[in-house]
Amino acid sequence: MSEQGIYGVMAEFDNPSALVSAARAARAKGYRKLDAYSPFPIEELTDALHLHKNKLPLIVLAGGVIGGLTGFFLQYWIAVIYFPINIAGRPLNSWPSFIIITFELTILFASLSAVLGMMALCGLPMPYHPVFNVPRFSAASRNRFFLCIEAADPLFDPAQTSQFLGTLEPTEVSEVAH
Amino acid sequence: MADDQQIVVEKPAPGEIIAPGYTFSTITDQISSVVLTRKTPLFWFAAFGFGGSLLMLFLLAVTVLLAKGVGIWGIRTPVMWGFAITNFVWWIGIGHAGTLISAILLLLNQSWRNSINRFAEAMTLFAVACAGMFPLLHMGRPWLFYWMMPYPNTMGIEPQFRSPLVWDVFAVSTYATVSLLFWFVGLMPDLGTLRDRTKNPIGRAIYGILAMGWRGSARHWSVYETATLLLAGLATPLVLSVHTVVSFDFTIAIVPGWHSTFFPPYFVAGAIYSGFAMVLALAIPLRSVYGLQGLITDKHLDNCGKIMLATGWIVAYAYMLELFGAWYGGNTYEQAAFWHRMTGPYAIQYWSLVACNIVAPQFLWFKRVRSSPVLLFIASIVVLVGMWLERFMIIVSSLAQDFLPSSWGIFQATRWDWATYLGTIGLFLFLFFLFVRALPMISIFEVRTLLPQAKVSKEGKR
Repeated sequence: MSEQGIYGVMAEFDNPSALVSAARAARAKGYRKLDAYSPFPIEELTDALHLHKNKLPLIVLAGGVIGGLTGFFLQYWIAVIYFPINIAGRPLNSWPSFIIITFELTILFASLSAVLGMMALCGLPMPYHPVFNVPRFSAASRNRFFLCIEAADPLFDPAQTSQFLGTLEPTEVSEVAH
Repeated sequence: MADDQQIVVEKPAPGEIIAPGYTFSTITDQISSVVLTRKTPLFWFAAFGFGGSLLMLFLLAVTVLLAKGVGIWGIRTPVMWGFAITNFVWWIGIGHAGTLISAILLLLNQSWRNSINRFAEAMTLFAVACAGMFPLLHMGRPWLFYWMMPYPNTMGIEPQFRSPLVWDVFAVSTYATVSLLFWFVGLMPDLGTLRDRTKNPIGRAIYGILAMGWRGSARHWSVYETATLLLAGLATPLVLSVHTVVSFDFTIAIVPGWHSTFFPPYFVAGAIYSGFAMVLALAIPLRSVYGLQGLITDKHLDNCGKIMLATGWIVAYAYMLELFGAWYGGNTYEQAAFWHRMTGPYAIQYWSLVACNIVAPQFLWFKRVRSSPVLLFIASIVVLVGMWLERFMIIVSSLAQDFLPSSWGIFQATRWDWATYLGTIGLFLFLFFLFVRALPMISIFEVRTLLPQAKVSKEGKR
């Protein structure tokens, strides 16, 4: 199969509107394995590629809950069980004074899970990715916009897909080597 | 790419944030050229050298401190907190503006923050680093700092979780960690830009490793946006909690002048006040040296001036309420504490702080003052001095004269107190200018979103 040899076909655009319309057209054509690359986040692109749902809020919630429980029970265990100190007969589980560290650890764990969760969901760090084989791709972090239809897509055919991308008024269409 | 390198210094049109005429590529080139291609200006060497010399002074002061002990500082009974905790509170407060700009203004959708958030976050990080020095050194044996953490140990003891000083350890270390994460996450796309733009193979490798393979994919951006929003939502209560916890170090004690319930909001407002002063003090020289007036415009300075004026009034209100509380509360010791502040051995500091923090900022009511970078710079330095005096006043004057006149004592700062304090200013400048040289000081990708070209046209919207 010829598509084994390449990662996909990539079209280059010089403005965000063109990229968004192209992404819509590609979705409408039935392509599902595709990704767009832009120098800044584009709300409409997220819509066009149906990317709005991700699991990050759930990960952060879980991190926050674990952090809060860790914070409180760390203090509870130390103050009540492991190292109890009786100060003027006050209760050992003086929970109001434990609130602050509980709160801080909630934030700490939630933030760490936000960052690590984001990296995991994005698959970062990633030392190698085929899109960088396109010489012009370095402009994706400057002023150019790219749409890549991947060879893994069932509808993918190198010639037809390139031709289809060509109809979307790109500035350039190129094959992405593996 | 015909749209290379045009220098733009016009004023932005009404309703726009940055100057007209910018394109995606000019923004990218202008900000990344500071790091990658442009000749390092003399100002940078001067500032970095100045910071570096003060850093040497800091190292000397710390060496002497470790050799001889904390007795080289002026801390004597009853003023055992002296400069160390004054500087700690001052530095932590300065850091707060960075988080306010990056988190709270993000949640409030204030897009003008996009051109100042990056260096303000860096400021936060370095200010927290400077702040952290003081409690560590004040312990006398900083190498045993880990005793503050709960961990299984052969001594069989654990921290006292009912103490605000332990809360502080958790609050400040969480704050430092979250600030670092937030700053780094914000940097990732720009590190990708630098990786793609640098011609130096070593720089390419370093930026490449730090960017972790960021490629601007729409999938990444969507997760990334969620992550930044969540981090902003987490950092917002965090930043308010940090200075609240710092103020608990005082309010939970019964010392007159400390024991009051409105310290938390008062401290947070003061923190933002001094932090914005520091933002201005850094932004004004940077933008003129690097010709960034098109990105950090007069409107930014104007907005920062307004925030300083507003928070300055909150601080002024707090001073008045403090006096009112002392008078109305009817507590003799509390009343005496404030009387001592106004007329006692620290009267000069008290009235200078009133002049710096309440009187001087009133000039910010005038648009002429807010639109003059030089005057704003002076105002911000005055506020920084004033806020330092405020921290000094709260800590030193309250401890110097508490309940029994027989236990009173006056604090005298030694040269090592000053050396350590100036030394951390050196550490701050050193780190900050290192950052300016090595990393983009303005968030490139966030400024791109401010351009009119970044809006997707109707046709694309459909």
